[in-house]
Amino acid sequence: MLKVKDLTVKYGVIEAVHGVSFEVKKGEIVSLVGANGAGKTTILRTISGLVRPAGGSIQFKELELTKTAPQKIVAAGLSQVPEGRHVFSGLSVMENLEMGAFLKKKNQDSKRVLQEVFERFPILADRKNQDAATLSGGEQQMLAMGRALMSEPDLLLLDEPSMGLAPIFIKEIFDIIQEIQKQGTTVLLIEQNANMALSIADRGYVLETGSLVLSGTGEELLASEEVRKAYLGG
Amino acid sequence: MENILQQLVNGLSLGSIYALIALGYTMVYGIIKLINFAHGEIYMLGAFIGYVFIQYFHLPFFVALVGAMICCAGIGVLIEFLAYRPLRGSTRIAALITAIGVSFLIQNVMKLRFFAGAEPRAFPQAIEQKMIEVGPIMVSNIQLLILGTTVVLMLGLQIIVMKTKMGKAMRAVSVDADAAMLMGISVNQTISFTFAIGSALAAAGGVMIGLYYNSIDPMMGVTPGLKAFVAAVFGGIGLIPGAALGGFSIGLIETFVSASSIEGLSAYKDAIVYFILIIVLLIKPTGLLGKNTKEKV
Repeated sequence: MLKVKDLTVKYGVIEAVHGVSFEVKKGEIVSLVGANGAGKTTILRTISGLVRPAGGSIQFKELELTKTAPQKIVAAGLSQVPEGRHVFSGLSVMENLEMGAFLKKKNQDSKRVLQEVFERFPILADRKNQDAATLSGGEQQMLAMGRALMSEPDLLLLDEPSMGLAPIFIKEIFDIIQEIQKQGTTVLLIEQNANMALSIADRGYVLETGSLVLSGTGEELLASEEVRKAYLGG
Repeated sequence: MENILQQLVNGLSLGSIYALIALGYTMVYGIIKLINFAHGEIYMLGAFIGYVFIQYFHLPFFVALVGAMICCAGIGVLIEFLAYRPLRGSTRIAALITAIGVSFLIQNVMKLRFFAGAEPRAFPQAIEQKMIEVGPIMVSNIQLLILGTTVVLMLGLQIIVMKTKMGKAMRAVSVDADAAMLMGISVNQTISFTFAIGSALAAAGGVMIGLYYNSIDPMMGVTPGLKAFVAAVFGGIGLIPGAALGGFSIGLIETFVSASSIEGLSAYKDAIVYFILIIVLLIKPTGLLGKNTKEKV
């Protein structure tokens, strides 16, 4: 579904991502793990078209994303939950969700999707008229995910969904990610929390200072010596 | 007492115009963090376009008003496209200097004889001024027209910003342009939309002030433009209600100072307006309605 090939991204003269290649197949959860500053967020921003790469290609379905405008990427069925959630403060929960469905025509369909999002995140239904800025961190993460699901993506990119959340919320968020996959959405997950991310992943990749150093199934990576040493504290 | 009421009406009429211009400043600032110093010139162009529609095409006043608003919406979008968009991503000071350049360019092009010439022109009395006695005070029908039109435009703006899809997109881009792009919102289109709305409001102010003061000239946008900018900062730049509040406040302060019985004070009305701005900003740097936002972790 998504094929990233020899992706190189530079910020000025600094190369943040060096020749990274990986792929996400339909129906999978793929986790990209690595320490802070490894280039994970840069890769996701490049996939969504917010950053243009210095080299390489990103194929999504039939589309070459490195030459596609961000709104066309969303329209093609790729949606991202950014790092740090980035809900729209000053807009209500409901308005945030409406923005998620920005490219959709208003019809029965969008009502059904909204209903599904409310079923998955009942807290959002309770708070739909509240300013998004007043939600707690965990609730904002749910809003950011609900908002991304409003466009009914085929591929959902999640950037550090566990960041700054209490353990109980982290567990809930990861359960929800698995449910989303079961209902047919492919997931590309980026995490510092390697343990959680790899344990729900079909496959995973380990990123170190801009290069992929390991790949394998989630289980293989969890069991591998390198990953244990580097990310799981022995 | 009558005098206070009378000045209140005068101040609100003048404040309406400042508020209409301030709204454009604040909306543009909210979305691209640019002080669009050419905004006062849009107001001036609005007055001239209204003048042409009434003087040469003999259109009724409100048709001319709407026509000028539409033309200026287009001009605003064009200015953004030609002058500011190529500088997106460069420093804010570069864009700011460009805005000042655009402002001078428009003033001086309009001073060419081929366009308007430097001399003031008499704005046609499309609506004859009548004084109406309301209780103890005298109100002109044109003051009522200014107040009424401003209220209608502000309500319209409120509906656009709060209820329409584009208005919500505008707010979303203002708070977080990157996240808005991830929703599939076109940031460029949203910015164009913002310039269109802001410019239309300034044009309405220009046409109405033409009718109110009877005289228009290519430099007429400079002082009101600056005061409207002050109004926007005063109320809290980037905040739509702040611009309205700031505009009315400055109109009222200016009118009351001019009318005050203290001898010689009226000559200092502008100084007093700016002095109050400085005090407000010292006490509350984000403006009257501004608040310091904190990121939630």
